[in-house]
Amino acid sequence: MSKRKYGLGLSVMLAAGTLLAACGSDEETQETNGNSGEGSEPTEETADFSVAMVTDVGGVDDKSFNQSAWEGIQKFGEDNGLAQGDGGYDYLQSASDADYVTNLNNLVRRDFDVVFGIGFLMEAAVNDIAQQQPDAQLAIIDAVVDQPNVASVLFKEQEGAFLAGVAAALMSESKQIGFVGGMEIPVIERFEVGFLAGVEAVDPSIEVDVQYTGAFDKAELGKTTANRMYSEGVDIIFHAAGGTGNGVFAEAKERKTKDPDANVWVIGVDSDQYEEGAVGDTNVTLTSMLKRVDEAVYRISEAAMNGEFPGGQSTVYGLAEEGVGLADSRGAIPDDIMAQIEEFKQQIVDGEITVPETRE
Amino acid sequence: MSNRLINILVPAVSVVLGLLVGALIMLFTGYDPIEGYAALWNGIFGDIYAIGETIRQITPYILAGLAVAFAFRTGLFNIGVEGQLIVGWFAAAWVGVAFTDLPAFIHLPLAVLAAAVAGAFWGFIPGLLKAKLKVHEVIVTIMMNYIALFVTNALIRYVSDGGDNTGRIAESASLGSPFLQGLTDFSRLHYGILIALAMVFVMWFILEKTKTGFELKAVGFNQNASEYAGMNVSRNIILSMVIAGAFAGLAGAMEALGTFQYANVKGGFTGIGFDGIAVALLGANTPLGVVFGATLFGALQYGSLNMPNEAGVPVEIVSIVIAIIIFFVASGYVLRLFLEKISSKKEAK
Amino acid sequence: MEYVIEMLNIRKEFGNFVANDNITLQLKKGEIHALLGENGAGKSTLMNVLFGLYQPEAGEIRVKGQKVDIANPNIANDLGIGMVHQHFMLVENFTVTENIILGNELTKGGVIDKKVAAKKITELSEMYGLDVDPTAKIEDISVGMQQRVEILKTLYRGAEILIFDEPTASLTPQEIEDLIGIMKRLIAEGKSIILITHKLKEIMEVSDRVTVIRKGQGIGTVTTAETNPNELASLMVGRQVEFKTVKKDATPGEDALVIKDLVVQDYRGIDKVKNLSLTVRKGEILGLAGIDGNGQSELIEAITGLRKTKSGTVFINGNEITNLKPRKVTESGIGHIPEDRHKHGLVLDFPIGHNIALQTYYKEPIAKNGIMNYSKVSELAKKIIADYDVRTTGEDALARSLSGGNQQKAIIGREVYRDPDLLIAALPTRGLDVGAIEFIHQRLIEQRDNGKAVLLLSYELDEVMNVSDRIAVMYDGYIIDTLDPKKTTEQELGLLMAGQAKQRRSKQGETAHVE
Repeated sequence: MSKRKYGLGLSVMLAAGTLLAACGSDEETQETNGNSGEGSEPTEETADFSVAMVTDVGGVDDKSFNQSAWEGIQKFGEDNGLAQGDGGYDYLQSASDADYVTNLNNLVRRDFDVVFGIGFLMEAAVNDIAQQQPDAQLAIIDAVVDQPNVASVLFKEQEGAFLAGVAAALMSESKQIGFVGGMEIPVIERFEVGFLAGVEAVDPSIEVDVQYTGAFDKAELGKTTANRMYSEGVDIIFHAAGGTGNGVFAEAKERKTKDPDANVWVIGVDSDQYEEGAVGDTNVTLTSMLKRVDEAVYRISEAAMNGEFPGGQSTVYGLAEEGVGLADSRGAIPDDIMAQIEEFKQQIVDGEITVPETRE
Repeated sequence: MSNRLINILVPAVSVVLGLLVGALIMLFTGYDPIEGYAALWNGIFGDIYAIGETIRQITPYILAGLAVAFAFRTGLFNIGVEGQLIVGWFAAAWVGVAFTDLPAFIHLPLAVLAAAVAGAFWGFIPGLLKAKLKVHEVIVTIMMNYIALFVTNALIRYVSDGGDNTGRIAESASLGSPFLQGLTDFSRLHYGILIALAMVFVMWFILEKTKTGFELKAVGFNQNASEYAGMNVSRNIILSMVIAGAFAGLAGAMEALGTFQYANVKGGFTGIGFDGIAVALLGANTPLGVVFGATLFGALQYGSLNMPNEAGVPVEIVSIVIAIIIFFVASGYVLRLFLEKISSKKEAK
Repeated sequence: MEYVIEMLNIRKEFGNFVANDNITLQLKKGEIHALLGENGAGKSTLMNVLFGLYQPEAGEIRVKGQKVDIANPNIANDLGIGMVHQHFMLVENFTVTENIILGNELTKGGVIDKKVAAKKITELSEMYGLDVDPTAKIEDISVGMQQRVEILKTLYRGAEILIFDEPTASLTPQEIEDLIGIMKRLIAEGKSIILITHKLKEIMEVSDRVTVIRKGQGIGTVTTAETNPNELASLMVGRQVEFKTVKKDATPGEDALVIKDLVVQDYRGIDKVKNLSLTVRKGEILGLAGIDGNGQSELIEAITGLRKTKSGTVFINGNEITNLKPRKVTESGIGHIPEDRHKHGLVLDFPIGHNIALQTYYKEPIAKNGIMNYSKVSELAKKIIADYDVRTTGEDALARSLSGGNQQKAIIGREVYRDPDLLIAALPTRGLDVGAIEFIHQRLIEQRDNGKAVLLLSYELDEVMNVSDRIAVMYDGYIIDTLDPKKTTEQELGLLMAGQAKQRRSKQGETAHVE
């Protein structure tokens, strides 16, 4: 008997599902049609230009450079009266390395004027698409693709990290500083090398505990690493580890919550991570080393819109170009120290200090 | 209702049910299911490019599925496909990069073979531990995955002098084919699909036609009876893991020599090896079933990329919808049971 | 006449298969009523209907004259029906008390009151002479004791009618004696019992009346005192059955199997076979008698290569096979019907045809250059299925789908077909019904008559006495005596098996004198 009931239930569910899907989809279609109609209607200030980006596996809300790039594109879109979608600005997320080519290709086919590949992981994919689609304009962040229709963007992470190192060395009370890296790859090594150089420039006797977690998406690893460092007396940790770095923040905040007088600080990376470090009324974020992917994306989009797309060129953004720098410390760093940091900055901009790029 | 009809009906109805529930979810989250599914369809079959890419995506899934299914048929749970794939990927890429003046007819087979051998070796270790020391293969294979990930990362850094990439393999080791690319509007479709399908045949042949296959299956079902019948249980366990590992290694070769043409430092697993478990289970651990499972998995995975692209459905919703479709197909046996009950009742009357 | 249970014209179908057709069973108060039938005749189905696990398609059930609808086992419990299952449903690492109260816990403010329960259990145990320790853990007590726990469980729940499903299947002869005593005590205390079995001897010994079913049909009910085993067997099987296995006198020839000073340990490293020497000659059946657990299994595993020996030698036809791999042992001329057909004898998820080829699959004509020729497998399977009367839908049916008797016939076919010089048959008839037992005994005797040696391990006194030409009694790892079955009695054998008469008989003595 019970089996029959089960069968009946199943068919009822099936039928209901069909009905619902049918009704619902009609309404939805109409709505969407309405939306897209609005979107495609050109408003007065709208520029006839479109831009899109493909994230790497970190996703668009990685609180790091994918997000920063997307913010740059959004700002560019708003400034030029563009709407999200075809003919305006958009992004696609990649779930795995194999998706880069597909996503780049999809955006090129949707006729975006410039398509950004965010991250060095996309180097080969951007290279392939550039060859297959010689009419497309592509750009890549953090890598160089030597094709006439690709604009490459590099950052002097070491210069920003140098300033972070200076700040850490000047602020540290225990004279023990930590560095948490994601994967041991050239980009992250630039952070490490610059940071160490900055610390050394202030006080060569300070030891920096350098740790790589081997991943950008393992917050738990970041947390255990930070826990160990803080327990051993480290008071400031600079992370260059994407999502893994969120674990560093988590550990610092936990310590701060338990003991409001705890002397634990984090230096954020890529974008201003002040929000990430908030604990009630206090904050564990000393400052953040900015990597202005948003700025770079914005500038390239603007250049392309004005017919000056820097295809075939690589642009390097350093302190002088304001492509890297430190975020507002919101009072965590006193003014006298800020002044010293500013001095170092000026020396780098003026070429008096050359920050090394690789380990010796 | 005949058995044949049930066999066709069950997967079909499961897919439809999955699509319906997926539609409901899109509906409730404010997206248009028809547009979403149209985008999915176009993402899979929309044009010749999409079809080429879909087949490319399916290729490693077939091999990963075989690697799980083969071990499963001999009573072993190979969770280590991911690691076997990663070492195979590296081995193939390294051979592809390191030798530059070999003719293609030697270089390509050598690179493919290197991947299979590396994967096989990675399967051999848990097989040996299981056979000789009764260490459970699930534990060992999971750990071997991590070892594979970090060892290959270190090796890539070593061979590239601290870089993150082996660099592009030589043309003579590439599975890529200008002919297939031309045919499919520059998709990354490569000759690997032929290797994958050949391996489907190989698995079928080993299991169904050879003495070894008879022994492997017997050991899988009942080790005691196999020992009683004079089979060497340890040897068969090791052999099974070696063959499964070779399949997984070949899946790595598909990535190294076909899709990517390089090996790079990885922050985490590719996921293909774990999806291989689902592929094998969807395919009831039979060679042809694996092709079906891999096709479903690969097509949905690849086609779903087009849903945010064409219909603006966010990735998260897409993931849920895809998971639901697969879930319904996987639970198809419930439906089968139900259909069989109906048919047996009718026959009784 | 008052009936406590009446099952009238019960019919139960599974799809288009009729498991029970027009079966009537009436249980009087205070009687032991046997339910007799071959394996698969529908006994368990009928009892599951009574216990509320299945709903009948036709017929009615009355309890004390009242028509009842037993929709689930809880209703059966409430009606005072309790079942002692063949496979005990006990939690190994729980105590007796915990097992008994499981699902029926007495609580005091949410806390289980074990003391009260234990007291009640002790009372019940004393009342029926069960002698159960309520605090012992299940894993520490014997199988016979576990069965008493199952009985207690039903009594604790107030059962008036107890169903025993094949209760003697896994018991030693002594435990069977005790069980029979317990059943009589239960009757004396006013309980009624339905005893499901296919063992005629037990029925004759304890039951008052017998209901026979055959292939799902109710054949009828007879009073035990007015019938005899032969009649019951014919009713059950549907034809005349020979009990006393007919066989010619043995004509033993040369030594086939010679075991000298063999020592074998179990997995814990304890000696289970101790300096054992034994010879089986061609043309004879040597019965290996003994109670389960006296080293018989280890002995046979050591001979067949499944277990390493510690010391001693094993020869077959003059060639040493000590510690050879199983395949070498097989190829040296040994056939082995293993004691656990599900564990060693069959790959249950393989087709029965593959199983029939399990000892020959690697040789020509089946395998050539590593490639299997499955049509040869089918050929062999078809032949053995036909020759050994294996009832199956075909050689492609999974071994799992065959009944125990047919599985065993397939194994025997596989082993005998290779015509081994020594056939080791370990518990070849365990759990089988009279028809299948008769068939298997005949095959063993045939093999002997063809001049082959047979080593028969059995825990059943009847079987050892009936089939063997010589009987070696094994106790505590030793062969304590070798007897001629024609010159001994079951009593003598039983006592030897229990290790109670470890003295030599006088050479001329025709019967043993037991002190």
